[in-house]
Amino acid sequence: MPLNTSAPAQTGEYRPLIVAFCCNWCSYAGADLAGSSRLTYPADVKIIRVPCSCRVNPLFVLKAFERGADGVILCGCHPGDCHYTTGNYYTRRRMTLLFSMLDYLGIERERTRVEWVSAAEGAKFSATMNDFARTIRALGENRKLRDLRCGN
Amino acid sequence: MQKIGVFVCWCGSNIAGTVDVGRVVEAVRQEPGVAFAADYQYMCSDSGQNLIKSAVKEHGLTGIVVCSCSPRMHEATFKKTAAAAGLNPYMVEIANIREHCSWIHKNMEEATEKAIVLARAAIAKVLKDAPLTSGTTEVTKRALVIGGGIAGIQTALDIAEAGFAVDIVEKQPTIGGRMAQLDKTFPTLDCSACILTPKMVDAGANENIELFTYSEVESVKGFVGNFTVTIRKKARSVRADLCTGCGECTEKCPSRKTKNEFNMGMDTRGAIYIPYAQAVPKIAVIDREHCLHFKTGKCGLCERTCSAKAIDFAQEDELVTRNYGAIVMATGFQMIDPSGFGEFGYGKSKDVLTSLEFERLMNAAGPTGGHLVCPSDGRHPKHIVFIQCVGSRDTSGCGKPYCSKICCMYTAKHAILVRDKYPDVSVTVFYIDVRTPGKNFDEFYRRAVEEYGVQYVKGMVGKVTREGGRLKVQGSDLLNDRQLHLEADMVVLAAAIEPDPTARSVASMLTASIDTNGFMTEAHPKLRPVESPTAGVFLSGVCQGPKDIPETVAQASACAAKVIGLLCKQKLVNNACVASSDPLLCNGCSSCEKVCPYGAITYEERELNDKGVRRTARVAVVNEAVCQGCGACTVACPSGAMDLKGFTNQQIMAEVDAICR
Repeated sequence: MPLNTSAPAQTGEYRPLIVAFCCNWCSYAGADLAGSSRLTYPADVKIIRVPCSCRVNPLFVLKAFERGADGVILCGCHPGDCHYTTGNYYTRRRMTLLFSMLDYLGIERERTRVEWVSAAEGAKFSATMNDFARTIRALGENRKLRDLRCGN
Repeated sequence: MQKIGVFVCWCGSNIAGTVDVGRVVEAVRQEPGVAFAADYQYMCSDSGQNLIKSAVKEHGLTGIVVCSCSPRMHEATFKKTAAAAGLNPYMVEIANIREHCSWIHKNMEEATEKAIVLARAAIAKVLKDAPLTSGTTEVTKRALVIGGGIAGIQTALDIAEAGFAVDIVEKQPTIGGRMAQLDKTFPTLDCSACILTPKMVDAGANENIELFTYSEVESVKGFVGNFTVTIRKKARSVRADLCTGCGECTEKCPSRKTKNEFNMGMDTRGAIYIPYAQAVPKIAVIDREHCLHFKTGKCGLCERTCSAKAIDFAQEDELVTRNYGAIVMATGFQMIDPSGFGEFGYGKSKDVLTSLEFERLMNAAGPTGGHLVCPSDGRHPKHIVFIQCVGSRDTSGCGKPYCSKICCMYTAKHAILVRDKYPDVSVTVFYIDVRTPGKNFDEFYRRAVEEYGVQYVKGMVGKVTREGGRLKVQGSDLLNDRQLHLEADMVVLAAAIEPDPTARSVASMLTASIDTNGFMTEAHPKLRPVESPTAGVFLSGVCQGPKDIPETVAQASACAAKVIGLLCKQKLVNNACVASSDPLLCNGCSSCEKVCPYGAITYEERELNDKGVRRTARVAVVNEAVCQGCGACTVACPSGAMDLKGFTNQQIMAEVDAICR
């Protein structure tokens, strides 16, 4: 399956919904660099800007899955390079716990990811998103939490 | 009732070429809360901003969404526009439909759909926006420069000249850095020391500049305008207030086997030493690792020799803590160790040198007094081979992928200097490309070829071996499609330059980011080249990327201008997006306090009015001047009392909702 977005979306083709939380200082800037370097990745990825990856409340991730996201990825500064010194360490610990709990709930481990992308790593950002989108497409639709919702 | 205006920018064809902006406008008009939507070719232009301002007034807009480039580019612009129209600047949200959409997607249908989703998310967020006001903080009128090479010296001199106090921290016993080791400078062949040392003296004598030599940064706390830095002044074992720099102790020291760093280890120095004659400050230092007194408890000859009674074996490291408004990184570079490239035989033969070693060999204050002799046996060389791009432009993984920028020019300089002083010595240069962009640079290189008869060979050297006391160089001559086997007496490697290894730990302390090659990242590669993305941290010299001396000095002065601009300010406007706690929800558990990296959260007993019921409770209070707005506390809070202004739980939830609709 071609992952490059230059391929037009065919009717009926499965397009996953991927939410990416990016910290303002490293990963969001890395995404900007991917953009200005014209390094493509699928349009399935939608970015939400947060000041630091540690701003991401586990409830946001749960909410995304509940609302029908097929994959959620958090991107922050590399360990040791956090703009706020220690924020990404909290992210790492919190998300390790959350992701294993989600796995227990039936949301596969591959649907959730934490990646460190610096402001200089536009290529890494693009490669990460391509890889993540490929993984999610292979996994298919996520229905686990959605099924629990009533009347929607 | 909120009235939102949505403004979709074409950015010429940057956005409109891939995103159907008309469809975006039509789609967002259907969104609840949207009272106005329009598109325009360049929303950041004056007329684009006027369009926003008049729409705010005409339609009584309460919030604005601009669908345009990254908020890192123009968020500030549109916040000012909103403020000029009488709106609170925090009632503005940006949907990034350029970097995150039009530039990375080629299919118009997909890109347009994504742009609509991103616009919806921004609308959902702006509907939950609240007007915010920023506090202000004082600016400490003192700057810290880390690194005392030409970059650090120039930055410090310019800041001091503007009337501000500035401290230089230098890990070596003297300021001067790499430039002090150079013999001549291209393309004018000025003597490096002659143009550097007056600046060193100026820096040492300037009453606004304080030097911390033989010192390192121990810790950094705080934020722009208000950094607190602890500097470790390593024990010199010599009292700076008494030492006259006469150098008698250095001559008497019986321990003479320590490699002299200044001469790249090509000769030795005593355990007590002054790095070089023009050192600033000219104070001796004892290298405790090699000093007999510290190793065996005996000796003490320097103490007995010193008529100023300056030797103090009991001296200890001293920690100095100071406040600064701005910090400059000027940590410079080193040459890579080329012994990883076995083919050049570096380390196997003494006659294979790096360019910096060659520089010392040519220098009158160098290990041979400026006489060009082969280090192995002291003979006069007949043929010298220079090899360029050793470890530069190397994508094999052994070296550096980047061009070190200065090697082409200094190799031309070395070639000219050799041919000028010793016309009997022939010189061959192996190169991949000769890169000479710069004022009078190409003319200089052509002089080397045309006037001085330097042989330039396009091709790389495959092997350098020792043979009968001389060196055999095997290399390819690409232009003539042949292999060359040359006899040489010396081989000089233009090894790649890399950031000084200490830069990484300092950058970590400053939370300033570093790129994959270890160079400091600038806030914007073109428009903000001397600022780090971390506010209050500035970049000077090669720590940001390879540069020659004129470029370094230019950047150092630019950096100083930025620092002066900051220190001139009476007050700094704080980030308004700070944490705040709802005292009625707070249960005083201290979870937030523990995760705060700034110590911005304290606890207070507060009298609360809980729906008519009066109670006192221990609740969290955020110091808004200290909070940097990371949001770690908001997630740690188990009761949902802590939230982050500008990025509230509700706002981010609304964005998630809008994206997952």
